[in-house]
Amino acid sequence: MPDDRELLDTNSSTRMLGNRIPGTAATDEAILDMQQHEPVDPNGEPLKKRPFGFLFWFAIGFVGLVLFSAILANVLPLQNPNFGNYSALNQPPSGSHLLGTDDLGRDLLARLVFGARVSLIVGFLGVIIGLVFGGTAGLISGYRGGRIDIALNAGSFIILAFPAIVAVIAIVTFWGASLFHITIILGVATIPLMYRVIRASSLSFAQRDFVIAAKTMGATDTRIVLREILPNVIPVTVTFSLITVAGLIVIEGTLAFLGLSVALPTPSWGNLINEGTANGALSSNPYIMLWPAMAMFLLLWSINLIGDRLRQRFDIREGLL
Amino acid sequence: MAMRRGRPAGTLQFKDVGTHDGPLLVVDDVHTSFRTARGTVKAVDGVSFEVNEGKTLGIVGESGSGKTVLSRSIMGLLPPRDVIRSGTVHFAGHDMTAMEDKELRQVWGAELSMIFQDPMTALNPVKRIGDQICESLRLHLDMDKKEANSTAVELLRSVGIPSPEDRVRWYPFQLSGGMRQRVMIAIALACAPRLVMADEPTTGLDVTVQAQILDLLADLQRERHMAVILVTHDLGVVASRADDIIVMYAGRVVERAPTRTLFSDTKMPYTQALMDSIPRLADPSGARLHAIGGRPPDLINPPDGCRFAPRCPYAQDKCRESDPPLRTVGSPDHLFACWFPLVDGKSTAPSVPVSLSTAPSTAPAAGAPDPDPTAEADA
Repeated sequence: MPDDRELLDTNSSTRMLGNRIPGTAATDEAILDMQQHEPVDPNGEPLKKRPFGFLFWFAIGFVGLVLFSAILANVLPLQNPNFGNYSALNQPPSGSHLLGTDDLGRDLLARLVFGARVSLIVGFLGVIIGLVFGGTAGLISGYRGGRIDIALNAGSFIILAFPAIVAVIAIVTFWGASLFHITIILGVATIPLMYRVIRASSLSFAQRDFVIAAKTMGATDTRIVLREILPNVIPVTVTFSLITVAGLIVIEGTLAFLGLSVALPTPSWGNLINEGTANGALSSNPYIMLWPAMAMFLLLWSINLIGDRLRQRFDIREGLL
Repeated sequence: MAMRRGRPAGTLQFKDVGTHDGPLLVVDDVHTSFRTARGTVKAVDGVSFEVNEGKTLGIVGESGSGKTVLSRSIMGLLPPRDVIRSGTVHFAGHDMTAMEDKELRQVWGAELSMIFQDPMTALNPVKRIGDQICESLRLHLDMDKKEANSTAVELLRSVGIPSPEDRVRWYPFQLSGGMRQRVMIAIALACAPRLVMADEPTTGLDVTVQAQILDLLADLQRERHMAVILVTHDLGVVASRADDIIVMYAGRVVERAPTRTLFSDTKMPYTQALMDSIPRLADPSGARLHAIGGRPPDLINPPDGCRFAPRCPYAQDKCRESDPPLRTVGSPDHLFACWFPLVDGKSTAPSVPVSLSTAPSTAPAAGAPDPDPTAEADA
């Protein structure tokens, strides 16, 4: 391996103390290279990284498309999702209606795109609520232990013990079904999930030597949690959050299907599917149900795949395999 | 973020107490016990010693002798719950046991730092090694990012890591065990502490790398005039590197002497047994290793009398009844806890069948029946 020898030669001229310890640098350099099985570029970074693959980029593309169109729905040249064109009922996909129309003559593409807003807001905002509260509590709980941990743990079990769907039905009945309420309720239901995952993960890191080492270097508790433990907890958190986003989208769909989510005519993927299966619409115009179902399937699949690939890439154990 | 930059006015200014005379570290009668479901474990039981500026102290003992608990007690790193501790630790004249966490954080890293046993777990796996070095530089020495980074490069260079300019951006998993331990040393030495506690710094490494790391530590110690406490289970590791050696057994100091004296004039049978357990190249091939029969005593209910008595080949009735104090004979800096100290490697006990050093093959070896009929301690 001529490259290695070259590297060693340049090193030995720049090394100061290494010269005093015969064989040191050479040995360690050799061990390093053996460990890596990889060429090292002049900057010292390993060159090869496992590629994410086509599916990952496809999934990213799809999630990106959904996010983009949901955010820009008002700006995009879409038809009014709630305008019924009575001269064009139950149209199949065509040039004027790309995905066709429903039994009231509304444009299915516009309804699909506006419906995505509800799903995405519930999914991502719910998880963010869970992360902010559950994640913070989990980090504190895992790092500090003791009474705080016992108290927070008990709290998480109390929320977990509540059957979420029943709670949602009850609360929606009293408060009314608005996007805001649904998001808050599902967000609160997410808190104990996030808490448990992040607590377990930070607990396993809080006992590690590097945390004690940071302490012996004079780091404060806050600093240890934020700079030592948090970066280690992030990979599992990202993966779990993405899976939970998918889960919340499904739950919102379920609620909408039951008529417990945002009120009609505001579209959401769940109530679009509901419309598509009601009153024999499934046999007369399957497109009404097909598009939101497909969109939901693809979105969930994409989110899960992204989460999984990210975990593989950033997992320490699998990182170099 | 509660990151403190520099030292707040009005608090301890450790760099200013360089004129402090007397030993750098004074450990006085430290006891550390843990409350467990089975009872109170007396892990460290009345340990006292001093370390002078720039000197190396070796603390030797087998697993479970309380070395690690002692080093954590000195650092003040014990878990907050279920620990009973007493005794004092004075560092540069300041009582560390009386310090608040806030004050301790100014001492830790800046004046007193620690090298850990396992470089695989003591480095944060998701942070670049450069960042890990920079943190304490920025915290204690108030450096800006650029300054800290160039200091980190110099530190990596000084611990013998090739092309440190590039390696600062590497992650721990990209380095071998020896390299990681070098990084650990660089982190510990970043703020030029006056005392470094090295808790089994080479146990996780293979023998050739072990020697390199210890030599490196010795070189840096000489350069920077630091004191080092080298905690290890291996007498061979401290033999050529420590100025003084403390031998611990069952949470207590059983012998303490300058290194040369300890090896030439061993007083405590346990120390001798430890020395005999070092394999020698001169031994014929296939020779049995000299293990110390039995196990260290249960620290919840330690035996009466000398704690080594149940495993000691020379133990007498007196040894099993009363506890030998740490005392001196002749030289004032050679302390030992034994009723019948060895003289020239031979026991002074009245009725001893054979001496360990004259006939090592009959010494209590692994698997061989223990000649001591009272060796029933390992409950």
